[in-house]
Formats: sequence, C-alpha cells, structure tokens
Amino acid sequence: MLHIKFSKQNKSVCEERGNHLSMDSMERIEPSIDPNTWIPLDEDTISKDVLSFCDEESYENRLIRSQEKTGLPEAVQTGIGYSNGTLIAPGVMDFQFMGGSMGSAVGEKITRLIEYATQKLLPLVLVCASGGARMQEGTVSLMQMAKISSALHYYQVQKKLLYISILTYPTTGGVTASFGMLGDIIIAESKAYIAFAGKRVIEETLGQKVPDGFQLAEALFENGLLDLIVPRILIKGVLSEISDLYSSVPYKKKLVIY
Amino acid sequence: MDFSEQVNELQRKYDEMRKELYGQLSPVQRLSVARHPHRPTFLEHILNITDKWLELHGDRAGCDDPAIVTGIGTIDGMSFMFIGHQKGRNTKENIYRNFAMPGPEGYRKALRMMRHAEHHGFPILTFVDTPGAYAGLHAEEHGQGEAIAKNLREMFGLRVPIITTVIGEGGSGGALGIGCCDKMLMLENSVYFVASPEACAAILWRTADAAPKATEAMKITAHELVELDVVDEVVKEPLGGAHGDPYSASQNLKEAIMRHMKDLLKLDPDSLLKHRKAKFRKIGAVQEGVKLDPRFKRKMKPRDAHLDGEQPPQMT
Repeated sequence: MLHIKFSKQNKSVCEERGNHLSMDSMERIEPSIDPNTWIPLDEDTISKDVLSFCDEESYENRLIRSQEKTGLPEAVQTGIGYSNGTLIAPGVMDFQFMGGSMGSAVGEKITRLIEYATQKLLPLVLVCASGGARMQEGTVSLMQMAKISSALHYYQVQKKLLYISILTYPTTGGVTASFGMLGDIIIAESKAYIAFAGKRVIEETLGQKVPDGFQLAEALFENGLLDLIVPRILIKGVLSEISDLYSSVPYKKKLVIY
Repeated sequence: MDFSEQVNELQRKYDEMRKELYGQLSPVQRLSVARHPHRPTFLEHILNITDKWLELHGDRAGCDDPAIVTGIGTIDGMSFMFIGHQKGRNTKENIYRNFAMPGPEGYRKALRMMRHAEHHGFPILTFVDTPGAYAGLHAEEHGQGEAIAKNLREMFGLRVPIITTVIGEGGSGGALGIGCCDKMLMLENSVYFVASPEACAAILWRTADAAPKATEAMKITAHELVELDVVDEVVKEPLGGAHGDPYSASQNLKEAIMRHMKDLLKLDPDSLLKHRKAKFRKIGAVQEGVKLDPRFKRKMKPRDAHLDGEQPPQMT
C-alpha cells in the first residue's frame, strides 16, 4: 500500500470539488503534463453520422452543438507528453461532451493512442469518464469496445507494457466493461461513481432500492475491484512513483516481438 | 359436397400472404421474431446440428451460471467448443436460466472454456441470444464490467478459430462478452444492439413509446449490420421465422458455420489473430484530414512541445 502524507487543509478544498463533480479534460491534463512537452494526437478526428440518426434532433446537429458548447471536437483528448520527466501516452475523456459517450471517434482516438504507445514503448494512462456507449452510432459504438480491447491485447499481453486506468466520476457502461477495467493498475478517484449497469436499471430489475454508496469507488475497493483510491491532487505524483517501481524491475524478460 | 377446391384455394392464398408478409419484415417485426417465445434456443440448435454433445460446467470458482451453457461436441465428426446464452423455453425455465442474462460468473465460465478449447485445439463456436448482461447487485459487486472486459481482451489472443452467430437477441456488452470472433454470422431475424430499443427510446426520445422509432433508427437487424460491415453473413431462416421450422433453421446455421470454418482452418494461428484484429479495427466512421473550426478546439490543450527539429508524431 502506498501511504501518502498530505496536509489536511489543502486536501479538504480539493476533496469538496473532486469527489463529487466531474472535471473537464483540460483541467486534468494541464497540471499533469510538464510545461512545453505536450503533443496532441488526432485533434481533428470526429465521428461521422454513420446511421443518419435522428431522434429529437439529428446526430449531426447534436455533434456540432456539443462542439460549439464545449470547445471540444469529441469526448476524449489524446497525446503524448512528459510527466515528472517520464514520457507517457495519456488519453483523457471528458464527460461534458455528450456525457463522455464513446462512439467511433473516441474509439479510434484511443485505439491509435494505444497503437502509438505500443510502437514507442510508452506507458499508457487512460482517464475514464463516461455515461456509456454513444447510442446514435448504434452497434458501431458497441464494437469500439472490442476494437480498443484488441489493441490492448497487443499492448499489454503481447508487448507486456504498462497500462494504468484512472476511473473518475462517472465511469459507466461500455467503458467500464472494456478499457476501464483492464488497467494493469486501476486507480479510482475518491467517491467516483463506477458502474456497469446504472443505478436506475438495477433498481428496475430488482424492484428495490440500491443501498447508499453502492457503486462508489470505496465500495468497489472493498469488493476487490480496484488497486488504489487516490485523491485527485496526488495523481501525478502517484503515477510517477508507479512508473518508477515498474522500471526498476531487476528480472525484466526480453520483450518477445510478435 | 366436395369443398376440396375451395380449401386448396384458401390454402394457396394463405401461403401467398405468409410469403409476402415474411418476405419483407420491417426491423420492428424482425425484433419481435428475434424475441419470439418459441424461437429455437442455443441448446435446441446444438441438438439439431451435433452428432455428439457433452455439456461442461462451472467457473471453478464457486458458480455454474445457468445463463451461459458451454460444452464440447462434434459436427460431421469434427470437434468444437460450443458456448452460448441459453434462454428458457417456458417461464419456469427462464427463471432458472435468468432469462439468458449472465452474471460475471457466466463470462468467467465462458473464458475458462475458451482457454480450455485453445489448449486442446477445439475451434470455438459461440451463440449469442441475450437481452443483456444481468443488472443486479451481486453482479456489480463481483465485477460484471471487469468480467466482460477481460473476455473482450482475451478473445483477441485465442489461437483457435472463433465463429460467433447471433441466433436471437444480441444485447450489447452482454453479447459482445462472448462475441469477439473471426466471423460474425446472424440469423436473418436476429438483432444486435448497443442498447435495447426500449432503453434507447426512454433516454433519447424520453418515452418508451418511441421504441419502434428507436428500432428503425439504430439499425439493429442482420441485413443492416452487414451493410455497416459489422456482420459477415446473414443466415436465412425458413419462411415464418426459425420458430416455424427449427430443424431447417439449424441446418442453415450448420451449413454456414461449416463453410466459414473450412476457410478459417486453413489459417495458421498468427494469421488468425491478425485477421481477427483487422476485422474489428476497421469498424468505425470518422472524419479526418479536415481542419476543424478553432472554436471547436478551444478547450483542447494546445501543442506546446518544442522538440529540436522533430516533426509531430505521424500516425501510420
């Protein structure tokens, strides 16, 4: 276990914000990446309206409205940069963009990030925040789960590289059931809501109320589903320490190139 | 009095109308055929297509999930590992089978069997027919998300051919958890969706009454998914749907599976894995090469790296 001492005064301010509210991707990336080292990837990659989908509004319009409103082209930012002197490949999801839903663009950007990290042997960090799959892209969205998991097989299982997933408020549905829960190390933010099926669906299925705190990070931790719960303010430091631990292994087998 | 002529005439009209109706089913109609209470289940197909069948049980960790059935058997003398969601054929059975909604234990049982299959050289045949993974307290506490995720990743490393057939409902992650394959087949009246039309309607249209609209919009039928390059082949059902003539439906299934398997068996393991990866790698529709309006990127962290003489990383 990693014991971290911190000043209670500093923590309580962040805790108030951090535990219960989602945070936008820019606010996350800024403090984590060393100055003058950030190279974004696939900045102009956006989803197409593959189904010509229209509910109360066309998907195409919804995308443009979300882009205008959030100042983001999609629900994830990917890139490479140094963090405390180590080059890493982070992907940071953003709940503000259509509820962090995963469609073709999110799937493609994350897959490419993993492929790039595989090529350059970089540690991978994916910060998850999602309401699930993007329904407007139908089964094509669902398949993004498989696409990303396939890239992770090559990255983690064959190349034996390190992938850390960070689960934030909220992480649900298809993200939980794919790359969210595949980290070599899974870190959650305190009080993050992490679920496969949402609270309401469970209550409808069982016909009864779900106990308080049921799908929060602390409960998942008790059930053995997470490695660590780390306060937001300390994540950068913790990632450095972890990176250090994994690079000081004395019995590193030579990578088998497939 | 001989009415045989009139009877024959009526029979002829009936057959014609039936042909017309079933010849052009709408997505909403196909959805109800996919969910038909008498639609043949996984085990019924198994018993129609295998010469020998031996069910194998358990996750070796405290549970034998009845929603997923696994076992080994032969088709035309060739051995395979069979894994599928099992619906009940009546209410009592459905309760026992949990309506084919597996818990994490079901996916872990499936993974155990898939590794066993790889170890011994059995190609894997999976059969999807589930409304979705079970949404319950126990399931969440025991890592429903993790169990599905694990399967998704591990299936891309199994060094034996995998063919998945959707025989009824393909319920989202619950279906995909045994559905990462070399070839994806769908019975013509089956469906595959990321969210049930009812759920989608409730969320996007804010009323469950919009389910038919959602069904059309999401493009969940076999033919639509072939167009979207997700599914490789539509397996024909007898006129009236599989429930009208289960044996014929099973024979069509068997023929399609064996035909694809013949091709897959020619590949060495490395080629298999490469093809499987490529099959899913290509799914997705994105726009790029078009510089976006800077307003749409104002909240992205801009590039600030100053690497001497180095170009920004080029993606292959």
